Amino acid sequence: MVLIKFMVKFIKKYSNYILYTFLFAIFIFLLVNGYQNSRYKPDSLMSVLGSTDWLLNWPKWLDVRLMHWTNDGFGSFIKAYGKYFDVVNDFLLGLIYGLKGILVLAPWPMVIGIVIAITFFASGRSLYTTTFVGIATFFIGFLNPVFWDKALETTSILFIGIFLCMSAGIPGGIAMARNKRVRNFFLPVLDLAQTIPAFCYLIPGIMLFGLGAVPAIIAIFIYAVPPLMRLTDLGIRLVDEEVIEAADSFGASSSQKLFGIQLPLALPNIMQGINQCTMMALSMVVIASMIGTRGLGDEVLLGLQQLNIGRALEAGISIVLLAIVFDRITQAYGATLQSRRGDREINKK
Amino acid sequence: MSKIIANNIYKIFGPDPLSVMHLLQQGIGKDEVLETTGHTVGLDNVSISIEEGEIFVVMGLSGSGKSTLIRHVNRLIDPTAGEIIVDSQNIIDLDKKDLINFRRDKMSMVFQKFGLLPHKNIIDNVAYGLEIQKKPKQERHSAAMRQIESVGLNGFEYMYPNQLSGGMQQRVGLARALTTNPDILLMDEAFSALDPLIRSDMQKQLLELQVKLKKTIMFITHDLDEALKLGDKIAILNGGRLVQVGKPEDIILNPADQYVSNFVQDVNRAKVLKVKSIMIDTIQGSEGPKVNMNDSIESCLPIILETRSKLNVVNDNDDIVGSISDKEVANILRKN
Repeated sequence: MVLIKFMVKFIKKYSNYILYTFLFAIFIFLLVNGYQNSRYKPDSLMSVLGSTDWLLNWPKWLDVRLMHWTNDGFGSFIKAYGKYFDVVNDFLLGLIYGLKGILVLAPWPMVIGIVIAITFFASGRSLYTTTFVGIATFFIGFLNPVFWDKALETTSILFIGIFLCMSAGIPGGIAMARNKRVRNFFLPVLDLAQTIPAFCYLIPGIMLFGLGAVPAIIAIFIYAVPPLMRLTDLGIRLVDEEVIEAADSFGASSSQKLFGIQLPLALPNIMQGINQCTMMALSMVVIASMIGTRGLGDEVLLGLQQLNIGRALEAGISIVLLAIVFDRITQAYGATLQSRRGDREINKK
Repeated sequence: MSKIIANNIYKIFGPDPLSVMHLLQQGIGKDEVLETTGHTVGLDNVSISIEEGEIFVVMGLSGSGKSTLIRHVNRLIDPTAGEIIVDSQNIIDLDKKDLINFRRDKMSMVFQKFGLLPHKNIIDNVAYGLEIQKKPKQERHSAAMRQIESVGLNGFEYMYPNQLSGGMQQRVGLARALTTNPDILLMDEAFSALDPLIRSDMQKQLLELQVKLKKTIMFITHDLDEALKLGDKIAILNGGRLVQVGKPEDIILNPADQYVSNFVQDVNRAKVLKVKSIMIDTIQGSEGPKVNMNDSIESCLPIILETRSKLNVVNDNDDIVGSISDKEVANILRKN
């Protein structure tokens, strides 16, 4: 007992040093492991220390084996759990093609009409925004009749991706705002997700789900969920401390606070997050055309491959138009929310 | 039994509050504790008791711990040590669920920056306490309308907080606090953010409401004039310690230490002190002018200057209870 007590005290007192020693040990392990498994390792350690060549150019044996581990690990992972991913794959694919089927089947004037109606109400009946978005939608098909169905396919992939982002990102952001430890865990993960080049997400997607729309959705999720989570977290934490205190002083439970005060007041920020999420998802869906995701992106790719500048330009413009449509609708809805609690005029009853 | 009793409250902010408790018990001051241990002392052995139906004012400069103290009464802040007894129940023992019910039933709070909900209109703001209690909408709104009328905001009920002026917003805050009909009102610098004219208006309104409602009110302020005007009793905090508790005239006539006397030296005594606090018991005949014992000295000055004679002091039933002359008035108005 005494010994355990002493050890606990010892660990508490020197926890920093213990951590540093541990990290240093890992570093030494990586060095030794990389050296021993390297194909280029010299015949003996002495011959290295004897010469200074290795100081001039980075020696080939000084190489951490992250690539090997990742590939080996991933390989056995897929072997063991691949069948579960097939289920997910079929499910997502079903969703995408179901949605696309409905959109493509619907007559195009009706789709434009629905977009216009959504914009009209989301923007708080702003005629300017509605007209602008309506014209932009019309021009997607007007640029090249082939584009219309492709834009709808891109849209269905986007919708599913954004839906996944929202159903994970908003609860995730709420959890971050409510718990400091959760936030400390997620922040570096989100940093990582945002800084790793977008292409890198496609590779594990392909290995797990094969080519097509589903790896694109996985990539969209990793790439587009961070801003939504961050802005949800920020929006909730920015709610005035005194308003929260007031709710507490009236005996509000934590769910009453969350749904009655924090989320409604954070809504403009969350809408901004959804807007950012949408834009990033759209850019990812274009990149994903390189792994066989169909949609507007593959028109750009075709133009590139055939050196057909006109076609690439048309496809590029249509992507911009699609982005404008999504951006205007989500932005306008956020602004409408903001004005509902903000700059309402006194005599505008 | 007092309505609210706080016994030996300590509040220390920092990584390990209990470890510095013994320093405070040895009488080491706030600044020294901060310097040697890095812990901030919020409250240092504060004990107060508040009677039912009185306005108890806690006064102090910023950093004196007054806002910390009021937040202990509804446990927005938990004490490091000590107990808080409301209606004979130690609220420190309440678990989460009981605490929520306690806050719903017993008390409500008015905030310095109003703490209104910007996304709800005035009537829903006022009804918020009842909404939390899951009362039906009809009942909520009719109760809210009564309070909106009592603070004189009829016609504004469907506006939003940011459309109202500061004074109006604080009236919403007051109405919201009254809607749940609690026994206890906690007012944290409730009028400090308002400009002077509106502030004195609100003070008057609070006193008028209090005559009808007879709530137990704990009022925090940094303004001595406000404390003297509203308080049945005043507690003065300095650096987390309780310096003096007493009736307004006690504070002015017998300041406990230099800190309090610095505070009160610029007070207009004639305006604050009541006739009863300086009258003498000798009664001489029933002729001559009369003054009420609860009037301020200022209000009887013209009569004294005019008649140069002793005045009879009467109570509310017009019975003579004492007298007052120019000598007492001169004594009290002379600054030390």
